Amino acid sequence: MTKLDAKIPEGPLAEKWTKYKASAKLVNPANKKKLDVIVVGTGLAGAGAASSLGELGYQVKNFCFQDTPRRAHSVAAQGGINATKNYKNDGDSIYRLFYDMIKGGDYRSREANVYRAAEVSNDVIDHFTAMGVPFARDYGGNLDNRSFGGVQVSRTFYAKGQTGQQCLLGTYSSLNRQISQGTVTMYPRREMLELVIINGKTRGIITRNLITGEIERHSAHAVVLATGGYGTIYYLSTLAVNSNPSAAWKAHKKGAFFANPSFIQIHPTSIPQLNEYQSKLTLMSESLRNDGRIWVPKKKDDKRVANDIPEDERDYYLERRYPAFGNLVPRDVASRAAKERCDAGYGVGKTGLAVYLDFRDAIKKQGEKAIEAKYGNLFELCRIITGINPYKDPMHIYPAGHYTMGGLWVDYNLMTTIPGLFSIGESNFSDHGANRLGASALMQASGDGYFILPYTISNYLADDIKTPRISTDNQEFEDAEKSVKERLEKLVSINGTQTATSFHKRLGEIMWNYCGMSRNEEGLKKAKQMLKELKDEFWTDLIIPSDLNDVNQELEKAGRVADYFEVADLMVDDALNRTESCGAHYREESQTPEGEALRDDKNFSYVAAWEYTGELKPYKLHKEELKFVDVEVKERSYK
Amino acid sequence: MKLTLKIWRQKNADAKGKFVTYDFDGASPDMSFLEMLDAMNTKLIKARIDPVAFDHDCREGICGACGMYINGHPHGPGKAITTCHLSMREFKDGDTIYVEPWRAKAFPVVKDLIVDRTAFDKIQIAGGFISTNVGSAPDSHAIPVEKRKADEAFDSAVCIGCGACVAACKNASAMLFVSAKISQLALLPQGRIEATERVQAMVNKMDELGFGNCSNTGACEAECPKEISLVNIARLNREFYFAKIQ
Ligand code: SF4
Ligand code: FES
Repeated sequence: MTKLDAKIPEGPLAEKWTKYKASAKLVNPANKKKLDVIVVGTGLAGAGAASSLGELGYQVKNFCFQDTPRRAHSVAAQGGINATKNYKNDGDSIYRLFYDMIKGGDYRSREANVYRAAEVSNDVIDHFTAMGVPFARDYGGNLDNRSFGGVQVSRTFYAKGQTGQQCLLGTYSSLNRQISQGTVTMYPRREMLELVIINGKTRGIITRNLITGEIERHSAHAVVLATGGYGTIYYLSTLAVNSNPSAAWKAHKKGAFFANPSFIQIHPTSIPQLNEYQSKLTLMSESLRNDGRIWVPKKKDDKRVANDIPEDERDYYLERRYPAFGNLVPRDVASRAAKERCDAGYGVGKTGLAVYLDFRDAIKKQGEKAIEAKYGNLFELCRIITGINPYKDPMHIYPAGHYTMGGLWVDYNLMTTIPGLFSIGESNFSDHGANRLGASALMQASGDGYFILPYTISNYLADDIKTPRISTDNQEFEDAEKSVKERLEKLVSINGTQTATSFHKRLGEIMWNYCGMSRNEEGLKKAKQMLKELKDEFWTDLIIPSDLNDVNQELEKAGRVADYFEVADLMVDDALNRTESCGAHYREESQTPEGEALRDDKNFSYVAAWEYTGELKPYKLHKEELKFVDVEVKERSYK
Repeated sequence: MKLTLKIWRQKNADAKGKFVTYDFDGASPDMSFLEMLDAMNTKLIKARIDPVAFDHDCREGICGACGMYINGHPHGPGKAITTCHLSMREFKDGDTIYVEPWRAKAFPVVKDLIVDRTAFDKIQIAGGFISTNVGSAPDSHAIPVEKRKADEAFDSAVCIGCGACVAACKNASAMLFVSAKISQLALLPQGRIEATERVQAMVNKMDELGFGNCSNTGACEAECPKEISLVNIARLNREFYFAKIQ
C-alpha cells in the first residue's frame, strides 16, 4: 500500500499556515496574466476562488451548469457561518473551533487542514461584511451570533435563515466585479464531462453546452473543482435536484483518489417525506434546535394530536440521553436518535417516520415576536410545504441526506493526486472528518476559495510560468472529446422504456436502506449486488430523448445517474471496509452497550483514499494515517 | 386529478412557439406543481414525445431558477411563493391550466418554458458590487451598522433573481430587481462609497438591455415571491436623482 503524502508543513500547528504563506512561491503580476485557471462551480468555494484569483490577475474561466452563477447550491444553506471572533467573550478561540471540529468529526480529519480552516474563519467574516453581506446585527450595531449544534460557544454569524443565500450573493457580486474587469470569463449552462491531462498535468476540461448540445474544449494551466457533494445519491435529499458529483467522478476515473466516500451526513431536521412523487426534501435549519425541543410520545402509536399529550407523557429523548448537550447534540447523534425512536415505534405523523420539534416553551418564554424574528422564514416555509403552523403545533421532522464529508482526496495544498487538479469546498474531503458540525460548510467553502487556494495554486503555478497557453488541438483533447461523445451516444441509443429518474429513485432507495444512517455487513453486501443488477438494467432499458444538439434535460440526468451507480458502488465498498463506527458512519457491528457509535482507533485512524484501477476492476485502497498531536483522542461523548 | 394543460412549446429562440394541449390525469393534490410537470413529462418521454423543458434546481424557493407564467400569474396563484413551492392543492379536478414562459424582450425564450435571463447578470456586472479586494477588509466591528438599516438591507437582499417582476410588468421593467440591489448596498455604509456610480451604471445598463420603463403600477411587488417592496424603487429613484445633480 502506498503512503499518501499530505505535504503538511513542519512546525507547530498554529504556525504552519503562516510559515507556508511566507515560504510559498509567488508568481509576478506580468506572469499571472499569462496563466489560465479553470474553476468549475460557482458556489462559495468556486466563485470565491474565481474572484480571488481574478483579483490577483490570473485569467480565470468559471463554469456552472445553472443559467447564472448566483444559483449554486450554497444559496440554500440556512443557519449560519462560524468564525472565532469571540465577539461574545464566551471563551472562543481558533484552537477551540479547531478542537470542536476535530472532535465533531470524530477524529477522522486532518489536524493541519482543520486548524487552518479555523484560522481563516475571521477573515471570511470580515470580507463578507465589507462586501455588504447583511448579517444580523444587535441594537448596538454589532454583528450578532448564535450557537449551533455540537458546541458550547456562540460563534455562528447569520442572516436570518438565509445565511447561505446572503453569503453566496456577496460572492456572486465579487465574481461580477471580476467579470466586469475582464479577469474572469463566465461560462454558464455548461456541464463538465471530462478532464484533460497532458503529460501528467491537468490541462483542461470538456464541457457540454446545455443549450446547444455542443461539446467544447477548454484549456488552462490548472483546474479547480468546486463542484459540491454527492448527497443526491439518496435521490431524496436536502440538495438541489441537479446537484451531482459527476465532475469529481470524472476526475476520479482519471486518477484523482476519492477519500472516505461513505462519510455522508444525514441532517436531523428535514421536513419528512410526504408522498411518493416527491422530488426533494426541504431542510429546516439546525438553528431551530436552539429554541425548539425534540420529542416523541412515551406511548407507542399514540394517535393524539401533539398538543393534547401532557408534559409527563412526552419523551424529550435527546435531553434524556444527552443531558449536557440536550437538543444541541451534533447532527449524526441527533439523526440516529430520531431513527432509533421511530424504528422502535414511537414515531409520529402519517408514516410514523417523524418526530416533533416543538416551540411551545420557547414561545411561552420569549414571546411569539422574538421567535418570529429568529425563525420567521423557516416557520413560513414549514407552513407552505406541510400546512403545519409551528407557532401553534410542533413541526414534524425527520433526518435526510445532506452533506458529504467524503470527497476527492487533497493534500495540504488542496491539490488532488493529479498534478494541477485542485478540489475545494464540499467536493474535497479534508476538514470535516466523519461528521460535519453546523455552520462550518459555508466557513470551509469560503475559506478554501477566498483565502487558501489562491496561495496554494500560486505555489503550484510558479513552476509553470514558462508554459505558454495550452492549445486545445492536442491529441489529448481530441481523445477526451471523442470519449465524451461516444458515451452520450451510447446513452441515447439504449432506447429502452424506463426514465433516468426512475432509476435514480431506485438507486436512492437501495442506498438509503443499506448505506444510510445505519449499516451492516450483510446489508452492504446485498446493496452491492442490487446495485449491480440495477446498473445492468439501466444500461439496457433507459429511455431518453435522442436529440444531442438541443436542450436535453433527460440526457443530463441520465449521465449523472450513470455516474451515481459507480459512486454508490465505491461508497458501499468504503462502508464495508470500515468496520468501525465513527461520526455519521454507523456500523451496527460496532456499538457501545448504550447503542452509541464505537470507534476503532487502532485499526481505522486513517483516511481511506481509493484509487480507480479500471472498469470493473477492484479499487485500490491507500491509507493516510491520521496523527493527532495537538488534541487528545478521546471517546466522543455529548452526555 | 384530471387536468387539461395548455403548455407553451417552442423549439428554440428562433422557432415560432404555440400552445399545445395535454390531457393529464396523473396529478395528485399532494404534488408540487413541478412534480406534476415531472409526472407529465414521464408520460411524454415514454410516448417518445420531447418533454417540456423548464428551469429548476433547489425546489425550495431560494435559487430563483424556476419561474413560469401560470394562468396569467408569474409563479402561478398564491402569494409570495415561487413556482417550485406552488402546490397542486391550489387546483381542482378538471381545471384547465395555462403554462407559459416569462414574456419580455430582454428575456428571449431558449426552449419551451426556459428563458434567457443573462440580462440580469449583465446589470449586476455593471455595478452590483462593493469594490473590496480579498484580504483588505477591516474587522467587522470597525464600522457599526444601525440594526434598522441592516435589517432593511437584508429585506432588499433576499431577491432571488427569478425575473417574475419583469414578467408581471406590462412594460417588462426590471426596476424592482435593480432597486433591490441598489437599496441593499445604499443602506450600508460599506456600499455608500460607490453609490453614485453604481446607480447610474446599473440603470443605464438596464435601459440598454431593453427593459421597459417603470410606470408605478405595482404589479411587480404583488407578484414578487420574496415580497420585495416598492419602497426600493422609490429609493432607487432618489439615489438616481441625487447622482444626477452631483
Ligand atoms: S424582485 Fe422579486 S420578482 Fe424580481 S427578481 Fe427579485 S425576487 Fe424575483
Ligand atoms: S427551483 Fe429554486 S427557487 Fe424554485
